[in-house]
Amino acid sequence: MKCRRCQIPAVIKLPRHNTAFCRDCFEDYLHNQVLKAISANKMFKKDEAILVAVSGGKDSLALWHILNKLGYQTVGLYLNLGIGSYSELSQERTETFAKGRGLELIVQNYRKTYGLGIVEIAKESARPPCSACGTMKRHHFNRIAMEKGFSVVATGHNLDDEASRLFGNLLNWQRPYLEKQSPTLSDNGGKWARKVKPLYRLPEREMAAYAILNRIDYILEECPKSKGAKMFVYKEALNKLEIASPGRKLAFYLGFLKEKAQLFPSRIEENPNTCGECGQPCQDETCGYCRLVARVKTKVMS
Amino acid sequence: MLIKMYNPSKEIELKGPKPVFAILAKLDLSREAHLVISGDELLPDDAVVPDDGEIEIRSVISGGRR
Repeated sequence: MKCRRCQIPAVIKLPRHNTAFCRDCFEDYLHNQVLKAISANKMFKKDEAILVAVSGGKDSLALWHILNKLGYQTVGLYLNLGIGSYSELSQERTETFAKGRGLELIVQNYRKTYGLGIVEIAKESARPPCSACGTMKRHHFNRIAMEKGFSVVATGHNLDDEASRLFGNLLNWQRPYLEKQSPTLSDNGGKWARKVKPLYRLPEREMAAYAILNRIDYILEECPKSKGAKMFVYKEALNKLEIASPGRKLAFYLGFLKEKAQLFPSRIEENPNTCGECGQPCQDETCGYCRLVARVKTKVMS
Repeated sequence: MLIKMYNPSKEIELKGPKPVFAILAKLDLSREAHLVISGDELLPDDAVVPDDGEIEIRSVISGGRR
């Protein structure tokens, strides 16, 4: 198998583009996909400082690597969720990555902040772990971005993440979630940091290949609380469709983005209020994060 | 050939030589969800792994597990 561009031996075949690339041409192709995503969705400008949310996994570390390589100003943000050896290993991988490239990394540790890890926080607040984790992460991404003066937070969500989320939301007809799903989430009139997903055009097979080719030492273990996650089943189903019809995942997601404006024409402002406790935008008088933390404090103290 | 996999860790012996696509098919692994690595190198679908070769098959799906 030869590289379509330069005819030297290829390292990866991309059936969805009916092509194959050598290492250098694959990197060039992948960077162009990221630049296309940034530009098409006006994610950020070249002179804007970007807070990159990193987990120690392939996607977020590869995103940080790419943005840095493309000349963007970046600072990493790692949240240690306090999930035993999984969190310790993922923090170590993230710190090694940052140190090796001379990049600045901000670390927030849940056990130091709350005296509890995310599993205990979820239990005390009577929420499923992934739900509590999402609420906590959103709060800290925004809080730290605003405190440190970042107007944008970039996450490593890839095409498989976005397509499987869309698939799940359609299967369950989750209209409010469908309305919200986008590669760029609003900054709520400057009250939020803008949240962007520059990898949304790239499937995780290509992201993993990029990480391996660039010697990015990422954590292979999955979060121990993710066992049996529905998202995994949706990803497997979409991969079967992708093999039968290469390009299907991207067409599915891009088709949704194209139709979205017509499907949801009268979108109301997402978070019109300000939380009375923490000052972040929210739907009601108190945001989900502050309600969750209050519930945990009540339970722990009683 | 010796095949190493992680999460969960296991080692599999297969008779070679075999191309990457045939190894994945033999083990019933999706080519959309797995990459094959030899040392530090990524092996394309048509690369042939010799009988005495050693490879890693890495799952690329994140965000959950069975």
